Amino acid sequence: MKNVKVLGPGCMRCNVTADLVKAEAEKAGVAIELDKITDLAAIAGYGVVSTPAIVIDGKIVHAGGLPKAEDIAKWLKA
Amino acid sequence: MSANLAPEDAANPPCCCSTAKKDAPACATSASSHEKIEASRKMRWLSGTLAALLAWVLLYSQLVPFSEWVASLFPVERHSHAGEAIAFFFYDAPKVLLLLALVVFAMGVVRSFFSAERTRALLSGRREGVGNVFASSLGIVTPFCSCSAVPLFIGFVSAGVPLGVTFSFLIAAPMVNEVALGLLFGLLGWKVALTYLLFGLGVAIVSGWVIGKLHLEHWLQDWVRDVRAAPADIPSEKLSISDRLQAGLDAVRDIVGKVWPWMLAGIAIGALIHGFAPADTLASIMGHEAWWSVPAAVIVGIPMYSNAAGIIPVVEALIGKGAALGTVLAFMMSVIALSLPEMIILRKVLKFRLLAVFVGVVGLGILAVGFLFNALFS
Repeated sequence: MKNVKVLGPGCMRCNVTADLVKAEAEKAGVAIELDKITDLAAIAGYGVVSTPAIVIDGKIVHAGGLPKAEDIAKWLKA
Repeated sequence: MSANLAPEDAANPPCCCSTAKKDAPACATSASSHEKIEASRKMRWLSGTLAALLAWVLLYSQLVPFSEWVASLFPVERHSHAGEAIAFFFYDAPKVLLLLALVVFAMGVVRSFFSAERTRALLSGRREGVGNVFASSLGIVTPFCSCSAVPLFIGFVSAGVPLGVTFSFLIAAPMVNEVALGLLFGLLGWKVALTYLLFGLGVAIVSGWVIGKLHLEHWLQDWVRDVRAAPADIPSEKLSISDRLQAGLDAVRDIVGKVWPWMLAGIAIGALIHGFAPADTLASIMGHEAWWSVPAAVIVGIPMYSNAAGIIPVVEALIGKGAALGTVLAFMMSVIALSLPEMIILRKVLKFRLLAVFVGVVGLGILAVGFLFNALFS
């Protein structure tokens, strides 16, 4: 079970990113637990400057802009 | 099935390397096929870009005949009010769309070299003064979305970027954007676009510097000062030329796809002004003689929220009717740089007093630009 966090203050792109992660995990058959982090102080605590950002098992793999689906699959399998 | 496997391998080179020890020969072949695929992809992107540029030039050279031809299809006299408005619309709309696409594409490629995280690393610990100049310039080329203004603000301040330098970035990033530059370039020429860029930078540098000098750190919201975050270590992705061209194309799809209705609406209103509005009345309100028009334009512009795409075509038509360029630029800057939604977002990190200082300083800067412009170009 991988823990995936999508960081973002609840903008459109953040929601799209979370949906993308869910879809890719299902496609890849990777079990995940998805959290959306919308609290600004918490987001800042991760040290990212641009959102949406993706954290997998405590490691930041992406920040800023919509991630590509194939990249998400890569991160989930890594 | 096997045909499907090859491109998938190509998309996941790390997979190959991690299994290299177990399966060396297979890895070697898949690596070389990966290189081959990447090379052919590069060829496709380079030739595609070149073809698109040629098509662009061809289209651009046919704008006047095209607009005259369209105007001739309408059952109105060519030199009547309606005829003028129609020809204006069908000349401006494709022209602006073409130039906008070009500028957005170039900007998309340039931005693939920057990220907000890298910009923060470049800015942290930088002294004020030089830092303000740096931050404003980076504000233009760093990918920025207003919905991430708050994380960006906190991320910068907590990483030791001085407050004034952070403000320089936050003022320049939305004000000098590719849509504004592309439209100004398309509608008013490169000189006005360049002037807007330089004066926009100037406002961002000076306003940020002034805010820094005022030492208002205690007017940040309390929780902002308590955030202690180690800058995130994000694996940087190695981008090929194809990836960067792709980023440019994505930007065109994303941005032009989003702003074109605004732009067409703006140009339509502009066309109506062009064809019908009486020049005397407008010139007397927004012309050179009326000194009070600059502050009025700034004050009216602050609460207004429109993107550059909607406002610039209207602005062009106003200038055509004798409005002073400085007045109009000041109006534009205050609409784009100081908007109500942005202030509501910033209110989460700034105490009201600091927000008021921010609006006041930037507003004064824009005012100065308006007066200076009218004085220089009258």
